[in-house]
Amino acid sequence: MADRRHLAGSRMTDHAASSPIVSRRAGSQAWWNAVNAWLLLLPAAVLLIAFTHFPILATIRHSLFITRRNGTEAFVGLDSYRAMAADPIFWKALGNNFWFALGTIPTSIALALVMAVWVNRNMRGRGFLRLAYFTPTVLPMIAVANVWLFFYTPDYGLLDQLRGLFGLAGWNWLGDPSTVMGCLIVMVIWKEAGFFMIFYLAALQQLSPDLEEAASIEGASRWYTFRRITFPLLMPTTLFVVINAVINSFKLVDHLVIMTKGGPNNASTLLLYYIYEVAFTFQDSSYAATLTVVLLTLLSGIALLKFGYLDRRIHYQ
Amino acid sequence: MSAITLSHVSKSWGAMRAVDDVSLTADEGSLLVLLGPSGCGKSTTLRLIAGLEDADGGAIAIGGVDVTHLTPAQRKISMVFQSYALFPHLSVAENIVFGLRVRRVSRAERDARLRRVADIVGLAHLLERKPAQLSGGQRQRVALGRAIIAEARVCLMDEPLSNLDAKLRHEMRTEIRALQQRLGMTMVYVTHDQTEAMTMADRVVLMRDGRIEQNGSPEELYNRPATAFTARFIGTPPMNLVRQGDHLIGIRPEHIRIVTGGDHAARVKAVEHLGADSIVLCEIDGQPISVRSDGFSKVQPGEDVRLAWEAGHEHRFDPVSERRLEASVQDGRLATSVG
Repeated sequence: MADRRHLAGSRMTDHAASSPIVSRRAGSQAWWNAVNAWLLLLPAAVLLIAFTHFPILATIRHSLFITRRNGTEAFVGLDSYRAMAADPIFWKALGNNFWFALGTIPTSIALALVMAVWVNRNMRGRGFLRLAYFTPTVLPMIAVANVWLFFYTPDYGLLDQLRGLFGLAGWNWLGDPSTVMGCLIVMVIWKEAGFFMIFYLAALQQLSPDLEEAASIEGASRWYTFRRITFPLLMPTTLFVVINAVINSFKLVDHLVIMTKGGPNNASTLLLYYIYEVAFTFQDSSYAATLTVVLLTLLSGIALLKFGYLDRRIHYQ
Repeated sequence: MSAITLSHVSKSWGAMRAVDDVSLTADEGSLLVLLGPSGCGKSTTLRLIAGLEDADGGAIAIGGVDVTHLTPAQRKISMVFQSYALFPHLSVAENIVFGLRVRRVSRAERDARLRRVADIVGLAHLLERKPAQLSGGQRQRVALGRAIIAEARVCLMDEPLSNLDAKLRHEMRTEIRALQQRLGMTMVYVTHDQTEAMTMADRVVLMRDGRIEQNGSPEELYNRPATAFTARFIGTPPMNLVRQGDHLIGIRPEHIRIVTGGDHAARVKAVEHLGADSIVLCEIDGQPISVRSDGFSKVQPGEDVRLAWEAGHEHRFDPVSERRLEASVQDGRLATSVG
């Protein structure tokens, strides 16, 4: 597009002075350019509006109404929000989500970074290692959930068999409110770390080896080089990965459906799973819409933080 | 003491011998240029001196101390990379004092040395900028500043000017040479540009396929090329090499004259006017030969001319080994005048 506009522009300056007809033609050319631009934008715009923007607005509107049994809607204002503020399960889910994010994000990112630095070096079996780390990402989530379900199964699951070797009694890992969240966190770290590693690996390979060599000539230790040079230059990747990790921690639902159904006693209910339950098990779509608005607000808050604040504080190449 | 000595140093990448039995000495306070076409092993040699690569064989000594197995930092050298290797997220000031911070030099001394170095390389007004906000020449100066603030006695440079435009390259060439002499550093300078080598070096080491082709002063390489390869590499345009029967004769463009009644018939193919002089590209028996003539040459492409040169200006090379033949009378005379 830019090239064509430039072409049109230069043609305009060439002839505009000589003839009024040409300038009119140039005007229609600009009009055609605008039409072309909109036509090119159209497919993406239609998809975005139809499946992202319109549903968001509809959800916000829906959260202000309730649906009666006969199907008619009645405006209730912020009643649903007041009900939500008084709903202990909502607060429980929100709190769970907070602990879940805190448990998974820093650890999985730190692991991803360590693994990436490790497999970035020249060594035997590097390709195999990279593949191995990436496998959890490739596996279907349902399969992953079932494999881990087996690990955590009381008495004959992998974990309890290991405990048995040391003479310890079986433990219902997913059935106990004190361990269920920890179990989910471990599984998600296992799954995410390999995925994030790929991003770090790609970023590491973009870094010029000259920088490390220049630092080594100045006498910087490996750790000092990592702290002062490598890590700051990886910040754009870290930010990207953090944002993704936060979003993923709010998006997790499939594992819960397979493994815990949010139980026991809502100990593993996360916000999105609660929305799913409210909408499709309790059939309360207006309350689900209210919860969704909260989720959207949280996620857009994170996005704003990224674009408005963090991006400006990070060095992009 | 900061002389650099390499004795029988080798380095291979698989089957490829990147550096093959190289021995050389850079005298204290001198500027030694490693010259050669790309892939000749000059950069690898420099990296071996820096300790960024480990030698497969041989020994490297800096200031009389064997450093072959020391880390780059222990060798107490500074280095300027072809890419400059500036830390893109750090300001100019932080880039320059990076090494001082690593060595925990006190803040007061750091600042004092930064001011001094910034004045030397002319960056005092740009210290807060990031490398991305600098021009190529300014980045080059930051790299220089980082190299000299350490006050190392040995400075290594890996094609430092290859990313600059011609005018800037000329300026920086003079500046680097002046800096090296002023600070009395021993400098090893890698380049593929024979002009840089000729203008800056105390000693030029011309490399080819991992081996030293010739090691001598710029004057020696120009006036007494040891091989046809050296002859072809040094000079703009380089020495003409003409096969006459089973002789290989070398003759510098400036030693050939276009005269009526010259000994050699030639046809003009093209003329390059440089202003002060012109390069007339001719052909003798299908072999290209360039002639430098003063001022604006009037000959036209396609014209038949006759060329002449003095026998004393002929360099003779063995047509098979391409080594210089010392036996001839003219060479003997030249040798005494140079030596």
